Amino acid sequence: MNESVLLKTKHLTKFFPVKTGVFRRTSGWVKAVDDVSFQVYPGETFGIVGESGCGKSTLGMTILRLIEPTSGSVFFEDRDVTTLSSSQLLRFRKNIQMIFQDPFSSLNPRMRVGSIIGEGMTVHGVGARSNREFIVRTLLEKVGLQADSFDRYPHEFSGGQRQRIGIARALAISPKLIIADEAVSALDVSIRSQIINLMADLKTEFQLTYLFISHDLSVVKHLCDRIMVMYLGKTMEITTREILFCRPLHPYTVSLISAVPVPDPDYHINRILLLGDVPSPVHPPSGCRFHTRCPVTRKKCETDEPLLIEQEPFHFVACHYPGTLAISVPLILTSDSTL
Amino acid sequence: MKRNRRTLFRKFFLNLSAFLGFFILFVFIVVAIFAPFIAPPKPNKNPYLMPIVTWNGNPEAPSPEHRFGIAGKRDIFYGVIWGTRTAFQVGIIVTFVSTFIGLVVGSIAGYFGKLFDEILMRVTDVFLAIPFLVAAMVFTTILGTGLDKVMIAMTVFSWMYPARLIRGNILQVKEEQYITAARSLGVSHFFIILRHVLPNSIFPVLIQASMRMGSLVITAASLNFLGIGAPQGYADWGALLNYSRNWMLGGNGEALKYWYMTVFPGTAMVLFVLSWNLVGDALRDFFDPRLRI
Amino acid sequence: MNKPSLLLDVKDLRVFFYNDNKEELHAVDGVTFQVYCGETVALVGESGCGKSVTSLALLRLIDSNGRITGGEITFAGINLLHLSKKQMQGIRGKDISMIFQEPSTALNPVFTIGDQIMETIILHQHVNQKEARDIAEGMLKIAGIPDPGKRLLEYPHELSGGMKQRAMIAMALSCRPKLLIADEPTTSLDVTIQAQILELIRDLQQKLNMAVILITHDLGIVADMANRIIVMYAGKIVEEGNRQDIFKDPSHPYTIGLLRSIPRLDIHQEKLSSIPGMVPDPVHFPSGCRFRNRCPLADPLCQQEPSSALISDHHFVYCHHWKRKAELQAESFTNE
Repeated sequence: MNESVLLKTKHLTKFFPVKTGVFRRTSGWVKAVDDVSFQVYPGETFGIVGESGCGKSTLGMTILRLIEPTSGSVFFEDRDVTTLSSSQLLRFRKNIQMIFQDPFSSLNPRMRVGSIIGEGMTVHGVGARSNREFIVRTLLEKVGLQADSFDRYPHEFSGGQRQRIGIARALAISPKLIIADEAVSALDVSIRSQIINLMADLKTEFQLTYLFISHDLSVVKHLCDRIMVMYLGKTMEITTREILFCRPLHPYTVSLISAVPVPDPDYHINRILLLGDVPSPVHPPSGCRFHTRCPVTRKKCETDEPLLIEQEPFHFVACHYPGTLAISVPLILTSDSTL
Repeated sequence: MKRNRRTLFRKFFLNLSAFLGFFILFVFIVVAIFAPFIAPPKPNKNPYLMPIVTWNGNPEAPSPEHRFGIAGKRDIFYGVIWGTRTAFQVGIIVTFVSTFIGLVVGSIAGYFGKLFDEILMRVTDVFLAIPFLVAAMVFTTILGTGLDKVMIAMTVFSWMYPARLIRGNILQVKEEQYITAARSLGVSHFFIILRHVLPNSIFPVLIQASMRMGSLVITAASLNFLGIGAPQGYADWGALLNYSRNWMLGGNGEALKYWYMTVFPGTAMVLFVLSWNLVGDALRDFFDPRLRI
Repeated sequence: MNKPSLLLDVKDLRVFFYNDNKEELHAVDGVTFQVYCGETVALVGESGCGKSVTSLALLRLIDSNGRITGGEITFAGINLLHLSKKQMQGIRGKDISMIFQEPSTALNPVFTIGDQIMETIILHQHVNQKEARDIAEGMLKIAGIPDPGKRLLEYPHELSGGMKQRAMIAMALSCRPKLLIADEPTTSLDVTIQAQILELIRDLQQKLNMAVILITHDLGIVADMANRIIVMYAGKIVEEGNRQDIFKDPSHPYTIGLLRSIPRLDIHQEKLSSIPGMVPDPVHFPSGCRFRNRCPLADPLCQQEPSSALISDHHFVYCHHWKRKAELQAESFTNE
């Protein structure tokens, strides 16, 4: 791939201190994100998928430095975000915007919809002051709301409508990258598909790049071009959607795919039941972090940490024995899928 | 049905008490504004000093000339009327300044957290640990007496309450995603506090402020009662009560002989505090989002 | 075929709530369904469709601002709505048990897991402390909790989400109920843990031969678990049928739209279809068919309440126009 890279992380790491006792001594570290490197190309939708506690949300926040990374770097259009001064950072944030999970908590209840969406424009001086209201009203219509929503308060809207407001807020300062953190997870089924379609349409219209963080494999499969699977702060597998759902190589990905319930009573996949719970990120297992639950674990997995290796073109896997476990039904994606 | 009647009753009662609170407060405001007409001061004299109307040190019962009677050679009616102004002055200034300081301290501690929080909250704890009356006495001994000194002392020892309250509220609001959203928009910390954090956390502080308004006046009155506050003869309800100290128990077998010395300034004080509390309750109901549809 | 016996018969159940403006909210409005011994019935729908309220009404656990205004709930031949409060308590937890979405809030944080399970057992089974302990330990073991003797002494916060849900299940099943109501039992859990819990429920259902009412919004789980499916919308049942009926021959426009709007793992979808608009406000449900303001097939006839139409054995639909379902092309459900 010779395309230019829009976003790149290098060995990005975030450890949160665990404080205990009267003197609040740091007794350990939650290894939320541990040495994660990936690249996002312009125009694509890059999905990050994993279970709760895998560090996917922290990763999203660290990219914008809403949480300061412990080490590693983030490059946006070849600029190192981690070295920006705090005032540079405020200006930099115009490039990347976020859409949040909770449509109720993500809008300030005491601000009118117009000011919520327009705030970014005011901060970054986008557009002429007199023109801003027009831009906001246009945006409202673009995200499927009535232009007269401008003067109303968030509590007058339903969850799906609030999510549209959140999307309009992100779009208002024309960012290049949008990080959607579980953006459709809190919505009802029929509303969720509306928002998914909206996000897909806006992507084409505004030539956006998405970093789509979700725990829902079905949604990720529908929206994303390339997908990274995370487990306990580590990258397990990165590849294109076609490869991931036809030929996943990491046992964790395989089990994850096999656990997703599909609304078709005739769909039968070899369901791989993982035993036990996700271990605590404070004391992650040695070697491969997945070895405690892996159905095909061997001696080496307990001691040696596998590196993320390009097993085949565009297919990165961090596993000593990739492909040992396979899904019984390759999930065909397109009728002419050649991969 | 039972439930409906209960909520109706509740609503009516709430409205009634709110109305009562605002009404008493309104009366006090009218009295304070029109004090020069209700109880005209002597020309070219500081109106806040109660004029001496008799050289007889004994209290005198209410009469057509001195409607509330005389205490400590001074007209109680005059004192109660002009004392209203003192009460408002003390209440408003102290509440305003202490709330402002509390807001700044609490916002910084709550919003920035970590070391800021640790330091500011420990300072708050220290101030909370000092017994107020003792400290106020020490204060006035150092600074000298006077109403302004009392107000300084009261401010110094009351900013902790709004500070703690706002910090707690901010800690809660800080977790809301719209704060993260504002940060990701590139909004500066100052504007995040001003536009997003404070509007969503300040109302409990305002309610508390209105409640404190009343209690601060009691505190000022008790300092004046102890004689470490306003100077001799200053028009203040506490100072008026001070004059009654020796006569409170009555005399010659008549326990209630000098009732007018305590009843008039005392009633003024009770009504003043009550009105602010009722107003505070009304504000709370008004701002409570759960009661709004 | 040997027909299993009827366990629960709900007839024309109505639950109304009253908001602060004294408006009547018809949360559940004329719901009729049956549950037979040993089967799994899924109540499916989006939030506000009345599926959770229905399940709470079965146990008569409606909040004080609502009440059951009509209907009959016959459980094993007894009308639950005629029982005294005390008699009802004897049913809850013993014959009908419930597990909830949030295991962390359903367990009391100040008591150990053991205390809480034993409380239910002692309440219903007339056994002493020691026996109750043994039963509790046995239940934890059945629920797949490793080292159950030790876990009995632990507090809820010491358990992970999945373990808490297992403990909840152990508690709910400790008196061997005939009916288990599972209200979104896996919604707060991760997908790999969800698979474990669903497997556990399925397994225990067979072992204990109990009926399960599964309340969920996730049609994937329904396809996996349910024998019969009841689709609800805005307080009413819109369609009811066997698993194959609902997934292979959905007949109500809402069911069809819902199924088409789900992103699927197993097939490729160029674009999701979606139902326009949103679930109406419960205070202002449309008259007649409640789905008509979002329905592509709606016409003036829909202002009249649809009655149930029998499509095949056990497959009902409440729609005037179900025969025209072929007209519902993918384009009918595109975004506004």
